[in-house]
Amino acid sequence: MKPAPFSYERPRDLNSALSMLAASNGSAKIIAGGQSLGPMLNLRLVQPELIVDISGLAELKQAGLSGGELVLGALVTHADIEDGRTADVTRGAMRGVAANIAYRAVRNRGTIGGSLSHADPAADWVSALAALGARVTLRSLAGARSMAIEAFVVGALESALQTGEIVEAIHVPARAVSAHWGYAKSCRKTGEFAHAIGAILVDPAAASARVVIGAIDTAPIVVTDAAELFGGRIAADYKQRFDIRVADTLLMKAGIDDVAQRHIHVSVLKRAVLEAAA
Amino acid sequence: MENAGVRNEREFPSGRSGQGVGARLPRKEDDRLMRGRGQFVGDIRLAGLQDVAFVRSPLAHARIRGIHVPERHRGGVFTAADLVGVKPIRAVSGLPGFKISEQPVLATGKVRQVGELVAMCLAPTRAEAEDIAASVTLDLEELPAITDMLKAREPGSALVHEHWGDNVFLETNYEVDISAALDAPIQVTREISTARQCMSPLEGRGVVATFDPRLDQLTLHSAAQMPHITRSGLAECLGMEEGRIRVISPDVGGGFGHKGILLPEEVCLSWLTMRCGHPVRWTEDRREHLVASSNCREHHYKITVYADSDGTLRGIDCEATVDSGAYSSYPFSACLEAAQVASILPGPYKMPAYRCRTFSVATNKCPILPYRGVARTGVCFALELMLDLVAAEAGLEPGEVRLRNLVQPEQMPFDNITRKHFDSGDYPEAMRRALAAIDVEAIRAKQSQGETGGRRIGVGVSIYCEQAAHGTSVYSGWGIPMVPGHEQASARLTPDGGLELRVGVHSHGQGMETTLAQVAHEMLGIDVAKIRIVLGDTAMTPYSTGTWGSRSMVMAGGAVATACRELGERARRIGAKLLQHDPASVVLQNGEVRGVNGSVSLKAIAHTWYRRPQDLPVDVDPGGLEVTQGYKPVRDSGTFSYAAHAAVVAVDPDVGEVEILDYVIVEDGGVLVNPMVVDGQIYGGLAQGIGTALYEEMPFDASGQPLATTLADYLLPGATEVPAARLDHMETPSPYTQFGVKGIGEGGAIAPPAAIANAVNDALRPLGVELMQSPITPHRVVAAVLAARAAERSAA
Repeated sequence: MKPAPFSYERPRDLNSALSMLAASNGSAKIIAGGQSLGPMLNLRLVQPELIVDISGLAELKQAGLSGGELVLGALVTHADIEDGRTADVTRGAMRGVAANIAYRAVRNRGTIGGSLSHADPAADWVSALAALGARVTLRSLAGARSMAIEAFVVGALESALQTGEIVEAIHVPARAVSAHWGYAKSCRKTGEFAHAIGAILVDPAAASARVVIGAIDTAPIVVTDAAELFGGRIAADYKQRFDIRVADTLLMKAGIDDVAQRHIHVSVLKRAVLEAAA
Repeated sequence: MENAGVRNEREFPSGRSGQGVGARLPRKEDDRLMRGRGQFVGDIRLAGLQDVAFVRSPLAHARIRGIHVPERHRGGVFTAADLVGVKPIRAVSGLPGFKISEQPVLATGKVRQVGELVAMCLAPTRAEAEDIAASVTLDLEELPAITDMLKAREPGSALVHEHWGDNVFLETNYEVDISAALDAPIQVTREISTARQCMSPLEGRGVVATFDPRLDQLTLHSAAQMPHITRSGLAECLGMEEGRIRVISPDVGGGFGHKGILLPEEVCLSWLTMRCGHPVRWTEDRREHLVASSNCREHHYKITVYADSDGTLRGIDCEATVDSGAYSSYPFSACLEAAQVASILPGPYKMPAYRCRTFSVATNKCPILPYRGVARTGVCFALELMLDLVAAEAGLEPGEVRLRNLVQPEQMPFDNITRKHFDSGDYPEAMRRALAAIDVEAIRAKQSQGETGGRRIGVGVSIYCEQAAHGTSVYSGWGIPMVPGHEQASARLTPDGGLELRVGVHSHGQGMETTLAQVAHEMLGIDVAKIRIVLGDTAMTPYSTGTWGSRSMVMAGGAVATACRELGERARRIGAKLLQHDPASVVLQNGEVRGVNGSVSLKAIAHTWYRRPQDLPVDVDPGGLEVTQGYKPVRDSGTFSYAAHAAVVAVDPDVGEVEILDYVIVEDGGVLVNPMVVDGQIYGGLAQGIGTALYEEMPFDASGQPLATTLADYLLPGATEVPAARLDHMETPSPYTQFGVKGIGEGGAIAPPAAIANAVNDALRPLGVELMQSPITPHRVVAAVLAARAAERSAA
């Protein structure tokens, strides 16, 4: 389990990194914390000609508030969020998610941008940030573009990143005072990737809800207007109105044929709903 | 808990001084191991060392049409065609009807499992060797893969070894009057299975081979449990005299059986270092361990249990199948596991009738190896799940059914229906203590209050017996390449009064450096700090079949005691001379020879013997202060240790999660040399048993591809998955062994799958759910719950 030979660069600023990526014509891989890419290299599942180590890019380590939303540089680690070293606009929601990602050793090195770029459907940020309504900024030499998380993650290990493009920052909107948050996952053991994730951001006062069913074989199911899961409208009694049959249908439509697997996903989502309502 | 009338030759000369038998002494080896100063195969550096990576078969079953090596790498790549004169590995059982497999160390003609070695690539580093391996292309003609052991038994199945005509290594039959059970009012029949597992020691296998022209000797450093057996196997495959081979096992990070076989890699690297003239190394990586090495545990049972309406067992009828994989591994063979099932299935229970038919089946998977507990874990799972069903039929608590059928203390020693000779013990007492400690009544009260937080509570028990240190009389019957006889130990008093012990077994986590020193201290009174133990080196230790079958404490402990007794006797006679006493009037006590008018220390005796022989009388015994002695228990049919396990679990029927809330183990391992080491063995075994129960599974697809290729897919329990188990010890001495010790190394891993599965089934029984397959995964739980709900709906 040794990687195939590759070249290695560690640029000191973002523009140099983008130039290297542009010059490599798709034969480069970006490494940040290396928590997913490291094993994939060793297993020779990826064999890039060039590794661009972005861990020296100070620009991507910034975190701060901007116009009421939180902007997190791609190199912010899970532990930064867990420990409260970054500001929070989600009233603890992100801290709670961060604290349960894998193991502390992984959280010390793993980054939020790396996790999104890798686009593993079982990764926590892929589901949690979609439920929180976050957006991602991508940058290349040609400029920047921004999109919702659910548009960014297009499939299992597939993102909207194009050749020469890098995740620069994540923009998280402030969670309304009236909004409830629920996040549940089921893992075979502590620190393992989840096999079912349910996330819900529900605001009965605003009659709105975002629901995510994650850790399926493809991109998470993101329901931005989740009234259908609650008998057609969101209100204070959403807990009682949660309709598992609708969730089950969503999973069926996503191609999950196995009834027990669907039942686990629906039950985990139900846990998230109960947590939000608690 | 001693049994009246049982002969027991115990001898505690130290008077239990605090370092001898029974002391909770911290482990001597931990000082180096806990500071990261252990020396494992991976730590060995030799000048000129080069690394090997193997080209392995990507297919489970295929004919090799060609192996293409790029021009630039020829000379650094070796195939079967290069290994002229190297013989395949053959592990033959003498049991009638056993079919022989030949495992070429590099594939010839066919590959029969994913990961089978095809070519050996040599380079200055492992990464470069892997680059070369990646450049080699194989031209393979894929053949139908045999992955299902039950289908493999059917006529018309594709064949792993064509010349056999079928896929069965061995079929056995054992029967005692089964017809006597057939009219029993309770008859329960089920199919029960355990998943294929990987043993996953912290340290994988590893080999460093070098050749010493001065000694004309091949030296193989290998992470191995049985270096002397490895040497015999190497000698056979390479056609070399055993004296020209030295096998050194340095520190070894866990064995569990995985390090008990002769590896094709060991043969390949031995050949390679002699061919290329410099040291070579291969280190098993985790993927190789998971997909290519050896597996364990895959059993299937079709079993009927007969009982009277009061739960009294009338008999068992079973057909057991074990997936033995593609080849018979050396030295245990492909049939040990299944044939053992037939002899141990009755467990610690009395019954008048019994029948068991077994099949060891060849498939296109890694060879199966005996893993900690060997067949006992599967057998305990099958039998103990069935006993819970008998309890349900009889309307009894599961604990009560066991108490009614366990062998009773007054029956000891007891020969059971398969003629296993139980040496001693009080099995019902262990079960009673476990039931009391887990507090079954409190659990029943809690259950009657219904679910809590969507979870259901369940309690489960299991009990087993572990035959350990079974010797010549047992193994001669198997007719495999290794039959244990007497165990030897060498003991040498050093000139400054220290003790050196050389023992042929090995220690890979068992703490033998400490416990063997405790035995020596018990006999000689020498401070354990001054006792040095040499293990795991064929050049320095007496021949031994090695460490397996929970035999080391009984066998090597007995040998150390015997050697130390003789050494003490010689020192005592010299001491008598120095004291100018009649030898009959002096005794060896607490490290000195004492007479009526004075004493002389072992240190002074040693100093005189080695450094001042002029002070010795001319008629002194010339034998000296270095002895090698052999030992075998009074009876070598094995010691029987046992334990009752009890578990409380909470199960979420909708998500399928199982949490262990409480766990109790009441074990009896005879006289414990070091109870703290025993506790460690039990905790470690429990972790592995929990792995079997809830996590570990190596699935295969229809083409024979192993699907759990990393530790993200092959789940092992971690610290957070292992509960703080409560342990209780009983100490019934074995009447046959030195100090009354029994082997206890495997027990912890035997009972947990059964106890946990019984607890899960207890929790879910009101839903009509029954899980009969390990591991109990969330998906299996939820699928069973949904099936039961659907059945209830269609019935309603």
